[in-house]
Amino acid sequence: MSERISRRKLITTGIAAAAGAGGLAVAARLADRYGLIPPDDGGIYGVGETVTYATQRLLTGRHAMAREYTRSDISRIAPVKGEPPENEIYQRLVAGGFADWRLKIDGLVARPSFFSLAELKRLPAERHIYHQACEEGWSFIAEWIGVPLSHVLNQVGVLQQAKYVVFYGFDTNFDAGDKHTIKGKWNSIDMADAWHPQTVLAYGMNGRDELPPGHGAPLRVRIPRQLGGKSTKYLAWINVTDTVKDIGQGWGAGGVERGFSWYAGI
Amino acid sequence: MAETAYLPRVAIRGSESLDAPRHSAVVRITHWITAFAFVGLLISGIAILIAHPRLYWGETGARDGPSLIDLPIPFMIGHSGWGRYLHFLSAWVSVLTGVVYAAHGLLTPHFRKDLLPGKRNFRWGRIWRIVWDEMRWKRPTEEEALTYNVVQRLAYLAVVFVLFPLIILTGLGMSPAIASVVPIVRSGFGGQQSARTIHFFVAVALLLFVFVHIAMVCLAGFSNRVGTMITGRTAGRKEPS
Repeated sequence: MSERISRRKLITTGIAAAAGAGGLAVAARLADRYGLIPPDDGGIYGVGETVTYATQRLLTGRHAMAREYTRSDISRIAPVKGEPPENEIYQRLVAGGFADWRLKIDGLVARPSFFSLAELKRLPAERHIYHQACEEGWSFIAEWIGVPLSHVLNQVGVLQQAKYVVFYGFDTNFDAGDKHTIKGKWNSIDMADAWHPQTVLAYGMNGRDELPPGHGAPLRVRIPRQLGGKSTKYLAWINVTDTVKDIGQGWGAGGVERGFSWYAGI
Repeated sequence: MAETAYLPRVAIRGSESLDAPRHSAVVRITHWITAFAFVGLLISGIAILIAHPRLYWGETGARDGPSLIDLPIPFMIGHSGWGRYLHFLSAWVSVLTGVVYAAHGLLTPHFRKDLLPGKRNFRWGRIWRIVWDEMRWKRPTEEEALTYNVVQRLAYLAVVFVLFPLIILTGLGMSPAIASVVPIVRSGFGGQQSARTIHFFVAVALLLFVFVHIAMVCLAGFSNRVGTMITGRTAGRKEPS
């Protein structure tokens, strides 16, 4: 009697284990195909990151909207993390009121382009009031004024192979010839966030037509469904690509080297 | 003849009840995985907390604004990047293990038989007497140690059905991506900062549970109880009295 039960148990356990292993292999292949694996998927921590990113992407997709608040919800204090870049290029642009600033957009696009601040401001502007939290724990609500990233991407014509949009600010060595040597707070997002209607290139904040220096003047991206650290400041260059493996350490963001995970929808 | 035929049967029955594992294999395995995951969550949770040791209520809160509680930890300790990596890895291990444990508890008599307190035992006098005995560090008898008393049952039920779901939900309430799909995980707690604050207090409650749990294991005989949770068997008569 007990022998029969143990044999039955053994067989069912065996079948369950085989099904589990097979299921995992299929899941891994499907995950790769549908872009559910983050660039920082290596090592033991990569397992947790992959499960988090895949689960949240399956749940959120492109259509889940971050809550929009009202004017009266705007925080009195909008704290900043870090100082504006001190390098000469950026300081010269500040001194000239960003009149000489151009945003470069290239990579997997049909029409690589440069945009001046005035050109961006002539595009249809949107105002969004949403919540932003820092990885550290603090948060605030602010209004962001800018043009949807999707609008700009449509203007330059994104090619089908595109998988990531990479943001380089003046606090990176974005002009380095070898992309492997790029350091600093460069960051990247997947196409689901890039096309998301609430993702904006913001040039203004809290009713004003310009960004306070610490908040990323002249232009920053705002990605409301991720932690504030993803919203790269002081933008100089936006590159559309199918891989981030050749940038810096290949983990999709400069912060990963310092231990901050690439996906920050937490 | 009748006597000799009767006695072996008693002996068999007795040895069967001794052989039946005190804890099932699923309970033992999920217990130890959860224990390891809890250590990971605790260490990384502290690392995340000391990056900003202030708690707020509502949607927002920052260093220059008003706070609910300022924890006595200096801001200088700063931020550790690996905290969130370890926290999420441990959280997934703990959540998936919890799903297996909960399914097992519902499909087998475990929750009903081992955790649900009988109506008869659910009396304040009895609860108070058990707590009083434990505070006086009075060792449970061998017979008492074979089943959970009403205080243990209530504590385990609170951990499994209140604290664990609450810490997962408040964790999700802090996620901007999840809050965009299921806004109530954030608004239901009164905002992102409220969810963070409740997350902290539930973590403290879980930590207190673990302290008392380990203290009670020591009281009942540490190596014996830990051995039972590993092998499933009680050491029987060798138990210290």
